[in-house]
Amino acid sequence: MTAFTFPRLTVWRVIAALLIAAGGISAIIRFTLGLGATTNLTDQFPWGLWIGFDFLGIGLAAAGFTIVAAVHLFHATDYEPIVRPAILTAFIGYLLVMLVLVIDLGRPDHFWHPLVMWNPHSVMFEITWCVILYTTVLSMEFAPIVLEKFHLHAPIRWIHTCSLPFMIVGVLLSTLHQSSFGSLYLIVPNRLHPLWYSPLLPVLFFISCIASGMSMVILETMILSRNGRTILRPELRANLAKIIAVALAVYLVVRFQDMAGRGVLHELGSLTYHSMAFYGEILIGFVIPLVLLMFPRVRNSRRGLYPVTIMVLTGFAANRMNTAITGMESWPSHTYFPSLMEVLITLGIAAVGFSAFSLIAGYLPIFEPVPEATDRTPDEPWSRELT
Amino acid sequence: MAQKKALLLDVSMCIGCNSCQVGCKTENKLDPKEEKYLSLTAFTALDEFNGKFVRRLCQHCQVPTCVSVCPVGALTKTDAGPVTYDAEKCIGCRYCLQACPFRVPRYEWHSTRPRIQKCNFCVARQSRGLQTACAEACPTGATKFGDRDALILEAHSRIQGGGGKYVNRIYGQEDVGGTSMLYISPVPFEQLGFDTRLGDEPMPLLTHRAMEKIPNVVTVGAVLLAGIWWITKRRTEVEQHESTTSRKQDTK
Repeated sequence: MTAFTFPRLTVWRVIAALLIAAGGISAIIRFTLGLGATTNLTDQFPWGLWIGFDFLGIGLAAAGFTIVAAVHLFHATDYEPIVRPAILTAFIGYLLVMLVLVIDLGRPDHFWHPLVMWNPHSVMFEITWCVILYTTVLSMEFAPIVLEKFHLHAPIRWIHTCSLPFMIVGVLLSTLHQSSFGSLYLIVPNRLHPLWYSPLLPVLFFISCIASGMSMVILETMILSRNGRTILRPELRANLAKIIAVALAVYLVVRFQDMAGRGVLHELGSLTYHSMAFYGEILIGFVIPLVLLMFPRVRNSRRGLYPVTIMVLTGFAANRMNTAITGMESWPSHTYFPSLMEVLITLGIAAVGFSAFSLIAGYLPIFEPVPEATDRTPDEPWSRELT
Repeated sequence: MAQKKALLLDVSMCIGCNSCQVGCKTENKLDPKEEKYLSLTAFTALDEFNGKFVRRLCQHCQVPTCVSVCPVGALTKTDAGPVTYDAEKCIGCRYCLQACPFRVPRYEWHSTRPRIQKCNFCVARQSRGLQTACAEACPTGATKFGDRDALILEAHSRIQGGGGKYVNRIYGQEDVGGTSMLYISPVPFEQLGFDTRLGDEPMPLLTHRAMEKIPNVVTVGAVLLAGIWWITKRRTEVEQHESTTSRKQDTK
């Protein structure tokens, strides 16, 4: 751990600072003037960029539950070094999504209502509860990292004794609300374009979040593994890439089978506003990365995995934005484009996320777990020896 | 349970005088200016299609989509029929605007304490035993207030007795599980801006079919994950034991 020094001014830090400042100012204006004056949302288009961003943030944070499940529930202990970065990513992702939700709500002062006013029939209600509970679980999974920094080992041991049920609950909660974001749109078959509407939306959302979560982890470890430091051995990284390939393949089969079953494949016959958006998403995010991942050379090299993971994440983002925005538009009569303020607030919050990650990763033991942290897996030292 | 109330809206009898909107605005103390579309100050409005007029207003569905999607239960379906709104509960998520199959709710976008606005089926008047303000204001009987079952019978008899004057369909009798607004029309409903492809199934069932799987996912998932944890843990323990014993043998 290095001693605190004043941060160097880099291009990225300046950009992040500017984005956060612009987003902060826009957020103040949004709370002063209301949603009408600051967004392009209307009665006909009540959900826009921010809902899309929520989908995105939650999807990228899927790394948290998949890696925790792999390492601590399935005992794939080789991947231990990426548990903490994955938990940190998820934790930041969820906190930011909650922040965006509060900004998006018409009555942010009523944000706590779902806790006491229940409607279990509502997908929104279920998501709210899942997100709150899972963020609590994430804070339990994250707490040892902070406690370790301050050498508070007694509470760490206490957390570890009840960590198994917490981890299982965390995985279940994630499974539920990752899919429930898709369920939000089950009730609008009359509005959402048939290329995106499907009774299988929850299933599709769940499968694709696994691909995006894994891509996020791989990308992160590659970015952070520069300067001679290796977080995850290349062959393990290649294994994760295989999981992405499997998730993409399953996704494509389920999606196209469902589209064929519903008889909407003819929509792809002509180049329209919607079919072009569909082609973009499916080719960039699913088909091309899947083909590339078939080659061992791609899976085993940084030069191969950078473009592949970025494509998967781009396609994932496009899929969520297409579900939330493009698919709800009817070109050209009924369209939506976010206002400057919506964009600035979104970028500002994304910048908060990246800054928080790099700050915390620099300050807390995210990449160098000390022995106390690993005592819940006593089998670990020798398992490393073996491999 | 009280008999469900409804409005029978006969497109053939409507002369487009806009009295319903005037009556509604007076009852709800809204800006009296004439409005062509639903808005924060117009809970009912007339749509014109080649000289035919169609009232747009909250349909007060039997199984309302908005009630099912609201995370805090700010929208309620009352026994008598009206779908009512409680702004004190509302968090402003706008899922009701997003989900309403008839695109009815309007949102106070300009406000920093926004509410939704829509027809409340004159719930206060109904509780006093009165008919809705719009039905009272209608000079031709194109809007008629009554018990839902009785109005459906009346609609059928008007269609039967009309000698082919009406299209043989009551819009709202079965659509999205039935609504409190029952329309009969001399021209096909597609030509009057109605969405005739919504189907007879209540929209909330679409969500329900996914959500009812949650208990199974949770229980099966929990057992499965705990089982995998147990098996993989045991496997690593066995491997560990074997490797240490073989190492001991090596050193002997």
